[in-house]
Amino acid sequence: MIKNISNLGDAALYCDFGKEISKEINTQVIRYFKTIQKKNIVGVNNLTPSYNKLIISFDLKKINFNKLKKIIDDIEIIKSDSIQNKKFEIPICCEKEFSLDIKRLEEKLKMKEEKIYESFFKKEFFCYMTGFIAGMPFLGDLDENLRVKRLDTPRVKVPKGSIGLTEQFANIYTFESPGGWNIIGNTPLNIFDSSKENEPNLINPGDLVTFKRITKENYQNYHE
Amino acid sequence: MNKNYFEILRAGINSTFQDLGRNNLYHIGIPFSGAMDNRNYLLANKLTGNDNNHPVIEFAYQGPHLKYQGKAINIAITGDVSFKIKKGNNLIDGECYQSFILENNDELDIISTNKSVYGYLAISGQFDLKLQWSSCSTNIKSKIGSNNGEKLSVNQKIIIKEINQNLVNKKLNYINTKIENIRVMKGTNFDYFSEEGKKLFFGNKFKVSKLSDRMGMRLEGKKIENIVDTNIRSEGLIKGVIQVPADGNPIIMLSDHGTIGGYPKIGVVISADYDKLVQLTPGSSVKFQEVDLNSAETLFKLYDLETQNLISQI
Repeated sequence: MIKNISNLGDAALYCDFGKEISKEINTQVIRYFKTIQKKNIVGVNNLTPSYNKLIISFDLKKINFNKLKKIIDDIEIIKSDSIQNKKFEIPICCEKEFSLDIKRLEEKLKMKEEKIYESFFKKEFFCYMTGFIAGMPFLGDLDENLRVKRLDTPRVKVPKGSIGLTEQFANIYTFESPGGWNIIGNTPLNIFDSSKENEPNLINPGDLVTFKRITKENYQNYHE
Repeated sequence: MNKNYFEILRAGINSTFQDLGRNNLYHIGIPFSGAMDNRNYLLANKLTGNDNNHPVIEFAYQGPHLKYQGKAINIAITGDVSFKIKKGNNLIDGECYQSFILENNDELDIISTNKSVYGYLAISGQFDLKLQWSSCSTNIKSKIGSNNGEKLSVNQKIIIKEINQNLVNKKLNYINTKIENIRVMKGTNFDYFSEEGKKLFFGNKFKVSKLSDRMGMRLEGKKIENIVDTNIRSEGLIKGVIQVPADGNPIIMLSDHGTIGGYPKIGVVISADYDKLVQLTPGSSVKFQEVDLNSAETLFKLYDLETQNLISQI
């Protein structure tokens, strides 16, 4: 449940679900997000669910903080069975040219490359949120032994399709972008397609994701 | 048959199609985008007889140099902009907030924005554009919007599919003032910063860095000291949010910002001052003045009233 609602500037509500990060808390955030999205509240023009927060942006010409806060305080949340989790298997190639930070990980985690990949590929990930750049999924949770910080100096350009790790999360760079996550491979799969206006994101919050290792040959000949 | 178009002789530094932007896509990672300076965008459209969600060309610093081919059309430029119109051998000095007629073979050279960043070119017609999520607004980073999500480039043609034949010249007496004080509300992580840091934030001047674009404005100044944590769990951002990363220099989120971020939020620029904020040029200084929610709401009402007033004078 929402623990506290405050304002973020004069045109957004900041709904705080607590400090903890877990699937349970995130599922509550997603439920609120989906309920509010369906309500079409006049003036609400954007919703950003994240691990344990929900930001509701609004048009200050149509509604203000106090009025919207009252509506959100009184909202009835849609029951749990209405959220569906899709499952995806994402092919990734981990050849040297794609696994830009594997040596750094071997060093930081004091683990051999094979062990890192073994632990990574056996995991089923949960999508907590999407964003930063269009369609980028934030997936968790990595096993404790795979958790590292961001690069000390972020890359100016991370190649499109890169799979990165940081702390308990993995993500997929849907576009070439600056970024500081530890890159372990690359997918030929298009994760964001702006021509599909109804559902441009392949992976959405609540979905479940596993990764499958493919050879360089399969990567090069990959067709969706 | 469609014979009305602009030929781009020079594209300018960052010329893109913009309108009011797109809503309800933050959750998939797509920001509002849209014209940076909303008031100047609306005025440009009104001066050319358009409604308020009509695609225009936004330019930054140096604008495009265009050659027009087709039936006579009205154009208007807003902001603080130097431009010239070439009609045969005549070179006319352009004035902002006033419509001009362009005829076949005329050239429009948008030389530069003066003490500002963004300017707007509206036409009494409709650019032939493919919209995405009901908006032409171009977001270069995510390749979204008209012109395949790219800025305009030289030698390209901008097709105009419809022109308004009823040309009425319009003018507005308005001076685009520049301000140095930007009003800000405390952010959700204001208490992450030391007493000294808080005082610095609301007392010192910051310099706008060259590393500023439609996504964000970086500021330079005395380091704002964080006493809690230089990272937060990644969460949503909105335009106007001021984050302070580990290096202690504030970054303000602008219209094409990343939708999620993990740096502490020290403040948020009030809606009423956003148009002024985006016009601050690199190298100029900015000072933040604290206001509360009530004042921010009142100031927005005043801002909106003033905008409506200006529109009704056209």
